[in-house]
Amino acid sequence: MLLPEFDVDESRWSEVSQAPTPERGLAVAAALRMLLPADCVLSRDEELRPYECDGLSVFRQQPMLVVLPRTETELRAVLRECCRLEVPVVARGAGTGLSGGAMPHAAGVVLSLARFSRILEINPAARIARVQPGVRNLAVSEAAAAYGLFYAPDPSSQIACTIGGNVAENSGGVHCLKYGLTLHNVLGLRGCTIDGEPIELGGCALDAPGLDLLALSIGSEGLLLIVTEVILKLLPKPELAQVVMASFDDVGKAGEAVAAIIATGIIPSGLEMMDRKATAAVEPFVNAGYDLGAEAILLAESDGTPDAVAEEVGAIERVLQAAGATAIAVSGSEAERLRFWSGRKNAFPAAGRISPDYYCMDGTIPRNKLGHMLKAIEQMEHQYGLKCMNVFHAGDGNLHPLILFDANRAGEWERADRFGADILELCVQLGGTITGEHGVGVEKLNSMCVQFSPAERAAFFSVKRAFDPPGLLNPGKSIPTLARCAEYGRVHVRHGQLPHPDLPRF
Amino acid sequence: MDAALHELRHRVMDADGAHTPLRLRGAGTKDFYGERCEGTLLDMRGYSGVIDYEPSELVITARCGTSLSEVESLLAQHQQFLAFEPPAFGGDPTIGGVIAAGLSGPRRFQAGAARDFVLGAVLLCARGELLHFGGKVIKNVAGFDLSRLLCGSLGILGAITEVSLKVLPLPRLEQTLGFQMQAHDALLAFNRWAGQPLPISATAWCDGHAWVRLSGAPSALRAARQRLGGEMLEAAAAGPLWCSLRDQTHAFFSQASTLWRLSLPSTAAPIAATGTQLIEWGGALRWCASDLPAADMRALAVAAGGSALHWRGGTAGARFHSLSPAVLQIHRRLKSRFDPHGIFNPGRLIADL
Repeated sequence: MLLPEFDVDESRWSEVSQAPTPERGLAVAAALRMLLPADCVLSRDEELRPYECDGLSVFRQQPMLVVLPRTETELRAVLRECCRLEVPVVARGAGTGLSGGAMPHAAGVVLSLARFSRILEINPAARIARVQPGVRNLAVSEAAAAYGLFYAPDPSSQIACTIGGNVAENSGGVHCLKYGLTLHNVLGLRGCTIDGEPIELGGCALDAPGLDLLALSIGSEGLLLIVTEVILKLLPKPELAQVVMASFDDVGKAGEAVAAIIATGIIPSGLEMMDRKATAAVEPFVNAGYDLGAEAILLAESDGTPDAVAEEVGAIERVLQAAGATAIAVSGSEAERLRFWSGRKNAFPAAGRISPDYYCMDGTIPRNKLGHMLKAIEQMEHQYGLKCMNVFHAGDGNLHPLILFDANRAGEWERADRFGADILELCVQLGGTITGEHGVGVEKLNSMCVQFSPAERAAFFSVKRAFDPPGLLNPGKSIPTLARCAEYGRVHVRHGQLPHPDLPRF
Repeated sequence: MDAALHELRHRVMDADGAHTPLRLRGAGTKDFYGERCEGTLLDMRGYSGVIDYEPSELVITARCGTSLSEVESLLAQHQQFLAFEPPAFGGDPTIGGVIAAGLSGPRRFQAGAARDFVLGAVLLCARGELLHFGGKVIKNVAGFDLSRLLCGSLGILGAITEVSLKVLPLPRLEQTLGFQMQAHDALLAFNRWAGQPLPISATAWCDGHAWVRLSGAPSALRAARQRLGGEMLEAAAAGPLWCSLRDQTHAFFSQASTLWRLSLPSTAAPIAATGTQLIEWGGALRWCASDLPAADMRALAVAAGGSALHWRGGTAGARFHSLSPAVLQIHRRLKSRFDPHGIFNPGRLIADL
């Protein structure tokens, strides 16, 4: 039953691909050109094309217009005008997102934050960085390095992805087991609501009065506000980091080794797993020195003072040996540590190298369900006739199965899509979630129907309306409509409850 | 459905139907906290018990009425703990109350706040439905982060009936160093040390004494002690010291003056207020026992880049710092959508909400 108080306005949700009339496009362009210099409003076909998708290129949509404001004043003027003309606004950073969150709206404006690319302040005494949303993730750590500080979240795309995009998606990375997600490393935001009003959430202090709208805004996928400034927490760089690499002849054993490390009371700064198909794909690409005979390899990183690292690495090695590792190597230098990681960080491009297309999934499950999930994926490979290589943020149960397919072959994308949806549905059944760090975007709308009840989805729409009453910020993303879920036809699965709890599980 | 939960649901649905406000309450250890709130008592303690705890998953799920002591002793059996060190204020709060208040102890400085450890929550909303947000896994970005919004909401959006929290292994060793220094020097030292890779898990300053707690591997603590100097406190004194700061049983908190809690940038200079002060969280939390007028205290906090909360004692008046108009408007819209008849803890977080 839908709750009356969570009245839902879904009207703008179904119009994502409905093109505007040519007159409408011209009128909006003319209105925005009154506010911005000519080179800040793009309207020609060839100018718009680069914006038609983000990192998930199977979903494409040409926008009506692209605007590139340079200052907060310009940005506020754009928002006020879009609000007045009822034009949907889709914010965009570097366009590296993997869930279609920045896919344009046919009758909307893409609001590029590319020109908000300045680091405003690095304050080593307070250990904070104040940056504009278009600053690249890695640029923050590079700027902070001179002070012995770094910004912890490090998504694989960190050389290109922007802080604004990280905030929108609550991005993680390989070190979030110890250092947390974007949420844990952002102290404050400055932004604008759809009516162009500036808003500040959090700040340089640790607590702010009122409800935690800062936490609510992080990971909100551009549906609640447009961010113009971010205050990031910087951490002291550990003196030393070392990686232990272990081989296993069985994926299940590797999964148990992960649980055993945690059970010992160690929180490695990174704990990653790759299966045989993944190592086979990346090794020729990066020469990381991976054991190609292993069914799975684990990478566990320890950081801290040299003595503490030596102690922890020793403890990790003992746990891995007891868990049945067939080979163990410890990085002997910083160069070797980076080489061990290089394969993991290049898993996605490696997939692109061995297959015309790949589809990256992002579910999370309780760690102890890893073996179950891997066997199920193997079955699905047969069912759908497609290969899948697996890389995991094993420490936090976040899976990235990479389904390999060829979009030029009839039916393969549809099979990959269904394969992916099955994986996500199983994630929910096993007590996990459909997305750990890539976001829902446009990609996982159907899977949201499985994870959340109608009343829960209505509550999300209520939050949306509290920030954005006209519903103009990134409409059609992140929350599926009732109609869409009815059409999808899969039932909502209560977290952690399997449809047939009496069946034996392997 | 569990009988206690059934009862809670019906109490809420009846209240919503009759438009009569409820005052949600666990063990009442934080009755002093926040704005005054009128309403029929809804005791949340009846719905209790740990539902799920798998030490290797680093997650515990408990019903709202479960006592903090039950959660903490279960975790301790597996050498784990709630790293945000929730204050008990000399009583035994419920886990639902801990999360609804969202307060954190001395370790917040290093480990994070209560909200940083919330992975999921179940909300009993005004119409009696149970809404599940978040989950039991560490990484989860499906849907808006409503479970963390509930942390610190003081029950104004609905009743939290269940929470899933991330837990951490207990540090292998903890040691506390003491220093003699004035507030100004302590703030400089705390900020300087926080910028270095040291295993500092808490800091405090009061009345010419600074304390630094180290947590971690013995070898890391040895190296840190060499770097920091100071006098090591006996373990028998160090544990109670941090507990007295967490639970506010320390002598500082028994003064007659109004107690203010200032959340400031850690590098802010000592607050020029009358009375005495206690500093925590590396300088980011300043307690001021002062008879300064409220407007002056708030102005000092704002000038230093933060906000002031009227914690305890003194005269009537708003407890929390005011919100900007844009932020307040979002609060009003959220409240009116989640609780259209205003039955949940009216006025507890914001006077007229």
